[in-house]
Amino acid sequence: MRPVAVVAAGKTPFGAFSGLDLRALAVEAGEKCLANARVPRERIQSFYLGNFAGPAFTGQNHLAPYISMALGLEGIPATRVEAACASSGSAFFHAWAEVAAGIYDFVMVVGVEKMTSQSTARTTEILASAGDLAGEIRAGSTFASLFAMIARRHMHEFGTKKEHLAAVAVKNHAAGALNPDAHMRKVITLEQALAGRPIADPLGLYDCSLISDGAAAVILAPLERAAEFTANPVRILGVAQASDYVALDQKADITTFPAVRRAAEKAYQMAGVGPRDIQFAELHDCFTIAEIIATEDLGFTPRGCGGPYAMAGYTSLQGERPINASGGLKSKGHPVGATGVAQICDVVQQIRGQAGERQVARHSLGLAQNLGGSGATCVVSILAEA
Amino acid sequence: MRTGTVYTETVIYSAAEAFAAEAPFQTAIVALDGASEPSRRLTVRIAGGRVSIGDRVVEVDSRGGVPFFQKVPLSADDVPRPEKSPG
Repeated sequence: MRPVAVVAAGKTPFGAFSGLDLRALAVEAGEKCLANARVPRERIQSFYLGNFAGPAFTGQNHLAPYISMALGLEGIPATRVEAACASSGSAFFHAWAEVAAGIYDFVMVVGVEKMTSQSTARTTEILASAGDLAGEIRAGSTFASLFAMIARRHMHEFGTKKEHLAAVAVKNHAAGALNPDAHMRKVITLEQALAGRPIADPLGLYDCSLISDGAAAVILAPLERAAEFTANPVRILGVAQASDYVALDQKADITTFPAVRRAAEKAYQMAGVGPRDIQFAELHDCFTIAEIIATEDLGFTPRGCGGPYAMAGYTSLQGERPINASGGLKSKGHPVGATGVAQICDVVQQIRGQAGERQVARHSLGLAQNLGGSGATCVVSILAEA
Repeated sequence: MRTGTVYTETVIYSAAEAFAAEAPFQTAIVALDGASEPSRRLTVRIAGGRVSIGDRVVEVDSRGGVPFFQKVPLSADDVPRPEKSPG
């Protein structure tokens, strides 16, 4: 395998954009990405689209060539990847594999989701299709309720408190308020976070990420050629994808995500680094409890300690290991299929030192963790200064 | 009738479109008796009063393929008996 670099990154703001459809969002991100490096579009040899539920949200299917042709990437293979909320993380993983294996030199990955054209109840139903329809979903489960059951068990086993969950929300909103591209730029207090209306006990409104529109894009190239196209390439030190059961009730222990542990172990091994070396991270905080468990599964804090770890400030923008300096899914927004690549864009921006007010102090080695469903797919990527 | 123990639970306030009219309602993952974990855990709806982790539950209904479980009342020995009326 040859080393691979991210040579270009670009994304749309995240939010509710009534005037922009799925294709317009994807094209905007793609064009921003192409403008971010000296890679002429005719050099792109393969295209991946990460998208969860475009057909359900918009009615349009056959989305990969629908987007690639609109971007002027004529004739090249265009492949859509669906892995629930990890759709574009998975697309990124497969694009990396093509470049690492030497099949292609220049591969573009776009992640996109257009969610706000549907009602919240309909959106909740579409999102639920990433769960086990024959079991948990038929019983009335939503994704919030699945993570609520995870939170309930984590509280039971480890003494995690609602205040710990709220601390994650407060932290991510504080960071997101500094992000001009974030969906909800609003600082909240612990009291506000705790007073959110109940969604699924013990999760309230402020424990849940946002329903957003948005898109993000990157271009990958062999590291040895990266300098031809950009002054600041970012090296992919390690990347891995792993799987687990789709149904929550099939898992032996719902307070940990085996797919996260497996993907992290492989990514750390490939990168030749350990959890202690990671200076900052973008983690998949679809719900506040998910970030708490991710910090445990990635080895940043011992099992069961994720709540106090977040509350103590270690993961704040000024902490020893900032987590979700972008605002995370919680404040930046969570256009499901765009999230994985958006996390990569955010890590790239930090490594390049271009994150403005939310720039973290130590930014040469960062990690992105993208989770699908209630843990059935996970992609962990470790990026570093080239 | 299947019986088991509540492994985890939640009360859903914001439901998917098809269930919106029923909210709030409680779901739980139940570890079934006499089955090896975790393959015999089941996601169920809770009927009757609310349950918590560790509560004993029994299947009381099935609607559209969805099992409904209810908290098992305390055994008869635990229930204080009404005092016998004198005479």
